[in-house]
Amino acid sequence: MANAQAFCSQAKLDIMNGLHAMGASVARAGTTKDSYKAALFETASGSVGAASTVYVTSGEVAGTNYSAGGVAVTTGTAPALDGTTGHFTPSASITFSNVTLATSFDAVMLFNDTSASKLALSVHTFASQTITAGDFTLTMPTNDGTTGLIRIA
Amino acid sequence: MPLVNTTLGPMDTSLLEKKDGIIDNENENTLWVEYWYEGNLVHRSAHVRLKKAVVCDLVAASF
Repeated sequence: MANAQAFCSQAKLDIMNGLHAMGASVARAGTTKDSYKAALFETASGSVGAASTVYVTSGEVAGTNYSAGGVAVTTGTAPALDGTTGHFTPSASITFSNVTLATSFDAVMLFNDTSASKLALSVHTFASQTITAGDFTLTMPTNDGTTGLIRIA
Repeated sequence: MPLVNTTLGPMDTSLLEKKDGIIDNENENTLWVEYWYEGNLVHRSAHVRLKKAVVCDLVAASF
């Protein structure tokens, strides 16, 4: 078997599990996984994206039965490797129940609710929506190396 | 008849005008439904299935 240049697949998984720190890191309180939340952002006033570093309230939706910071994300399935791709997908749909969100929104930010600064993880966009006395549900794609919501390839 | 939550409280869907639609593209498959009562929107919900993941490419550079 010949040598081969590569980013080691296991390292992708280890990054997802917080086992590498190539710069200054933080002292963790334990070995348990972090908690994540999902917050919605308005189409006109939101500006979350690749440059986001932490959860912000600027541009976040507001309305009946919606609390700033959004809702908890269910993370019952640990990150895994599919071939050489690390992937992670929330293990349940994200639902905002019985809300009224009159101003159009088109993005959801997942962020680390355990971290003190509420570190941003990812932003996902969709067609603009409003909700009136109803549910807004985000259903997750299949959790694998091809369609998993967050992948390190 | 089934009840739906509205701005006026739970209402029998037989009393309401229903509108629904689908957004299906490379990014999402979304189903939305609206219920109208006497010309007023009293319920709107949406169900988004995301198709496009966010991907981080890691590269081991050569010398």
